[in-house]
This record gives sequence, structure tokens and C-alpha cells, in this order.
Amino acid sequence: MSEAFAQQLALLPAYLGAHLTISLVGLVAGVLLSLPLAVFIAKYDRLRWPVLAVVGAIQTIPSLALLALMVPLLNSFGFAPTVAALTLYSMLPVLRNTVTGITGVDAGVVEAARGMGMTERQLLWRIELPLAAPVILAGIRTAAVWVVGIATLSTPIGQTSLGNYIFAGLQTRRWDVVLLGCAAATALALLVDGIIALAERGMQPGRRALVGAAAVCLILLGLLGAIAPRSGVDWFVPADDTTAGAKSVAKRDEESTVRLEVVRVGAKSFTEQYILAALVADELSASGYRIESVDSLGSTVAFEALRRDEIQVYVDYTGTIWANHLRRQDTPEPWQVTSLVASHLAENDGIRLLCSLGFENAYTFAMRRERAAAFGIRSLVDLARLAPQLVVGSDYEFFSRPEWTKVSATYGLRFGEVRTFDSTFMYEAVARNEVDLITAFSSDGRLDSFDLVVLDDPLAAFPPYHAVILLSPRAAADANIARSLTSLCESIPVALMRGANALVDRDTDKRTPQQAAVWLRERLH
Amino acid sequence: MISVEHLRKSFDGGRTFAVDGVSFEVPSGKFLALIGPSGCGKTTTLKLINRLIEPTSGRIWIDGRDAFAEDGARLRRRIGYVIQRIGLFPHMTVAENVAAVPRLLGWSNNRIRARIDELLQLVDLDPAQYGERLPHELSGGEQQRVGVARALAAQPSLVLMDEPFGAVDPLARDALQQAYLRIAGELGLTTVMVTHDMSEALTMADSIAVMRAGRLIQLGSPGALAATPADDFVRDLIETPRRQVEALHRALAAAVP
Repeated sequence: MSEAFAQQLALLPAYLGAHLTISLVGLVAGVLLSLPLAVFIAKYDRLRWPVLAVVGAIQTIPSLALLALMVPLLNSFGFAPTVAALTLYSMLPVLRNTVTGITGVDAGVVEAARGMGMTERQLLWRIELPLAAPVILAGIRTAAVWVVGIATLSTPIGQTSLGNYIFAGLQTRRWDVVLLGCAAATALALLVDGIIALAERGMQPGRRALVGAAAVCLILLGLLGAIAPRSGVDWFVPADDTTAGAKSVAKRDEESTVRLEVVRVGAKSFTEQYILAALVADELSASGYRIESVDSLGSTVAFEALRRDEIQVYVDYTGTIWANHLRRQDTPEPWQVTSLVASHLAENDGIRLLCSLGFENAYTFAMRRERAAAFGIRSLVDLARLAPQLVVGSDYEFFSRPEWTKVSATYGLRFGEVRTFDSTFMYEAVARNEVDLITAFSSDGRLDSFDLVVLDDPLAAFPPYHAVILLSPRAAADANIARSLTSLCESIPVALMRGANALVDRDTDKRTPQQAAVWLRERLH
Repeated sequence: MISVEHLRKSFDGGRTFAVDGVSFEVPSGKFLALIGPSGCGKTTTLKLINRLIEPTSGRIWIDGRDAFAEDGARLRRRIGYVIQRIGLFPHMTVAENVAAVPRLLGWSNNRIRARIDELLQLVDLDPAQYGERLPHELSGGEQQRVGVARALAAQPSLVLMDEPFGAVDPLARDALQQAYLRIAGELGLTTVMVTHDMSEALTMADSIAVMRAGRLIQLGSPGALAATPADDFVRDLIETPRRQVEALHRALAAAVP
């Protein structure tokens, strides 16, 4: 086993524990909600169709979208929106099977029970639920397997899970890590399924002991989840947390500092972010902070989490904030963009832009060198002429970002076809000529390894994208954090960053982001 | 003894009546058969008596007590109820099925255990052999024996039966009918039975109530009905067994060379 894989394996207890916790809490909440609702609509058949239709409709929402929607709906990240989405997902099979189980009880049995003087409640508890139990348990089994699987998608909304393996592995081209995540999730699903199957078999008369055994197993599993080491977002935010945050903002002006003990370091879901997060974490832990890392966050999730102090530090890019939060389309000088972004964040969000790391990771268009030569394309002006005949590969977001609006208007760019990829596959697609060009990132190590050329932007349609360290309101109030990180300011030239990214992204002699961070640190200015 | 006065039931807010002004009385220890074609209101009448269906109007007296003076579920625990679909609880053993009403009534375990043995013996089932079996392990006839035992568990004075032997094979049916009459005689049970089988009504009942379209057409002893049928419908009905027997004789005569 490689050292890198061993490192990943060491995270398994934390990921598995978190995964187990969200799955069980979601499942239990779903069952507790569904059972009474199912009993109700089994008795009032006028409500049955509408309720099943609504819950069924929720089920058809793609799981990633449902998880994402819970973030603005609940106005929080991590545990709460994840559990809410998993709860909703677990409801349909339990609801449907419970209704089927209860309405499927033989009419003669129900008539006999009523006729001998059972009340509706006695009928439910003594006759209908026991007879429906095997069908209900089958529904719970289905729900359990769904929930454990879908829980892997909670990583982008800030909830640690086995999905961290899958998302990080995908971004860093570590297929063994992706497989590890899949295997662990599958094993967990099978385990939970098996335990509930045990309870199902215990429903037969004379085997009641199995039900107890299954309950004990589930409780033990739950305890394991609860005592597993934690990484990532601390979901039990102390009650005084917001007031502490508010106080620290107030104190900031008086120059007196708050001293944080735990710092949560965020990272969006691509290689450079993992490396920089590891680098920041190293610096902070050298200064005595305890670090919790929150990996693979969606772009807006990372920013919102910082603004709300659910994470304390991450690296973002000036152009991204310029376009998405300041909603600016003009492109002044890079230093102006940086200073305007800094003052905007300080005034509106209490976020401190500590400094630029010294390199830019711009959105750009890139082509294979010989293809660009064959077409005679060097800049976006050249590209605009041929674009209608070309196929462009892109990440999920570029063509819905405001920068694209600006760029397409500036150059009159219109592509023949747009294909969307995860950024990992995007580079491979252009290398294999499946697309003619891609929307690349200028500090990406894969530009060199796939021998891609970046097209010039002579009209400066793209804003500058300087990598900057952002501190949350509370982190900004702890002057020691800024002091610990100033050594990183203006210290990473773009070539160095590309080199570090390539260490992780290449296919042979791969390094982990942590190893790349160490490599980077040894070469800092 | 049970007495029913001007019982009416409408399921559509008073436009039509499924049971329309039915009155009758069954003295203690006597057996009344309610007979009539499908949809005549006989089953509804039965369910009005134990208030599985609440009547639109009318009165019911059971052993001199107003049936509406207490909660419906509580009332039903004092009345035996046997149905064609039998309705044994499939997840409970024979003994647990028989114990269902005593448990509802909160009897002690010892009293329940003694009662189970007594009742299974009463319906000719060996408690040691049958007590721990599940319903699906029994034949149809055995299941309905358990159904009868279950209905009698709390020592009711009144038993309501809705085509109780209709789903049982003919040999077992005869045995069950005889067994029930013996038990009813021993215990002094008052019985109201719904049936559409005039032979069954004639052989079991002390009096027969003929219903059609929600109304009681004629009430009387088998002899009185045969002697003075109220109209052609009753005459036709009371003569069906005889026609069947004649048809049977003809068929047998033709079959034997």
C-alpha cells in the first residue's frame, strides 16, 4: 500500500463515522415522520393520493439538487441540510410500504377485530401494524440503502461523509480513493440492510429475539458513529456561537483580539484548493491552532460558510468575487480589483481579505498546441471567427458565470457545441481531441502536462483572478491568525503553483495534496 | 333477549334507506335467521345491532339495556360476532385468537388460560393439539370452530353471525351447524344469524325474518311461513329447499339405472 493511500485510509474512521451519523439520523427521522403520516393517510384515503404524490415528487428531484436546495431553505450548511434532504428521501418507500401494508390487511380480519370490540387504536396496534410490519420493514430497508448512497453527495454542501473520498479522488485523479469511498459506502449500505433484514425475519412468530438483536446492532452502529473521530464542519454549533461572532466583530475595531482554538479551513473541490488548504492548515497548526478541514465545498457554499463563520479561512480568487458578489463586468487594473474586492468584503460581510498569494488562477480558453497551430488561433479574436465550428468543453459553471456573458459580448464568441465535464475529465477530453478547446484554469498543472496553450485575451474581457486568503469575521478578530499566515503572502509564483498542482494531478508518481503542500512550502519565496 | 324497534339506516343522507323500519324481538335462548336476497339490508341490520354501523334512527335493547347507552366498542365486547370470512388474526396462535376479547377486558392470565381450554373443548378442538397452532395450519372448518370459540370467549348472551358457515365445505358445515346448536342450547345463547340459504334457516332457526329492499316482509316460525306466506316472494323463498330436493331426487333417479 502506498503511503498516500495509507494517509487516505487513516481518514476512514472519521468519514465513516460522519457518514453513519447522517445516514442513521436521516433514516430514523424519515421513519418517525413517515409512520404516523402513513397511518393517517391509510385511514383517510382522500388524503392518500395527494400526500403520496407530493412525497413522490420530492423523490424525483435529483439528490444533489435536493441537498443543494436545503442550504438556502434552512439557511445553514453541513449537518442540518444534509439530514433534512436524507429524511425527505427516506420517506417515500416507508410511506408507500406502510400504506400498502395497512390497507392490505385482510378485510375479514379487520371486520372481526372491530366486531369483537377493538377500538380503532387497538385495531392499529394489535392487528394492522403487526401484520403490516414485514412490508413496512422492507420499505425501511429500501430507504436505508438509498440514504447511505445519497449521503455521499453531502460533501459539496459542507458535510463530511464517505463522499469526501469520491469528490476529492475525482478532482485529484485518484481512482483508488474514489473506489475506497464507493466500497466503504457499499459495505455500510449492505451492513445496514442486513441488520434490518434481521429484524424483518424476526417478525415471524417465535423469532422475536431477532428484532431485539437488530435493534441492538443499530444502536451500537449509532454509538460508533457518535464516538468516531470528527473531521470537517462541527455541526453542533454552540448556542453562544453567533454572539461570540458578533462580539468578536465588535472587538476588532478596538484592536483587542479574540483567540480561536479551532480553525476550520475550507477548500473548494479542485486540486489547487486542496493543496492551498493544506498549506494554510500547516501554517496555522504550527502556530498552535487545532485544524478541522472542510473539503470539496461548492464555490458559493464556501463563500457563504465563511461569511457565516462556519469555516474561518479559505482561498478564493478576486475575479470570482468581482463577478459574483460585486456583480461587476468592467475590468480595471488587477490591483484595483483586489482592493475593491477587499473593501467590499470588509464592509458588507465582515470578511477580511488578508493578501494575495502571488499568483493568478484565471479562467481562460486552452487548446492543444498543434491544434491551435493548425487552426491558426492565438487569441480570443482568432477564436471568435472559428468558434461556430468548434466544440468547447467546460466545467459545470463557466457558461453560467457572469464572466462568460462579458467575454462572449466582447469578442462575439458563439460556439458550435458546448459539452460539460467534471474538470478532471475536461482536460482528458481535449487531450484526446474529443473537444477542440476547453475553459481552463491558468494555474492548472495539466496545462503543461497535456501541452495546452492558453489563448490571449487582448481586450481584457476576463477580470484578474488573483488567489487571495479570506478570513471569516471571527478569524479576522484573532490577529494571531493573520500573523501566522502573512508568510504566505505574495509567496507563490504561478509556475510554482502549476508545479504543485501537477504533482497531484499527474498519473504517475502521484502525490497527495498534503505532500504537494509540503513540497510547495519548501520552495516558498 | 334482544329487541329492535323501527331501525332505519340511510347511507346517502336520507334519500334512500338500506334498512327501513325494521322491528323484531328474539327471546332469550332463541335463534332468529335473517334471510333475503343480496343487498336486502340483512347484513346492515346485523351490523346496526352491534353498532359497527350507527343507525339513522331506531332503538335497540339487549337484555333490557339500551344498546346506545354505552360506547360502541365496549358494547361489542359483550356480543359474540362470527363472520363468513372468519377473520382469525393470522399473526396469533389459536389460543391467542380465542384470548383476544378477554385480553381487551383485562382478565387475569389464569382465567384466560382456563377459558381457552374450556372453549376449545366446547368446539371439539383438543387444546393441547390446537392451542399453539397458527390459523393457516387449520382447515376451513377448524378455523371457523376457532372463530366461534373466539366469539364466545367473554361469555356473551347474544351472538351475531353473518353467513358463518358459508365458506366451509359441506361436510364440515353440517357438523358445525349441529355443534353450534348444541353449544347455544347448553349456554342459553340468543342468536341472530344472517343467511341467504333457506335450508340453513329452516334447520337452525326458531323464527325467520324475511327481508327485501330494506324492509322486513314477514317474521314468523318456519311453520308459519310455510303455511301462510305473506306474498309470492316469501312463498318462492320458502319453497326453494323443496325444489332443490326434488331436483336432487330426479338427478339421482336418472343416475341410478
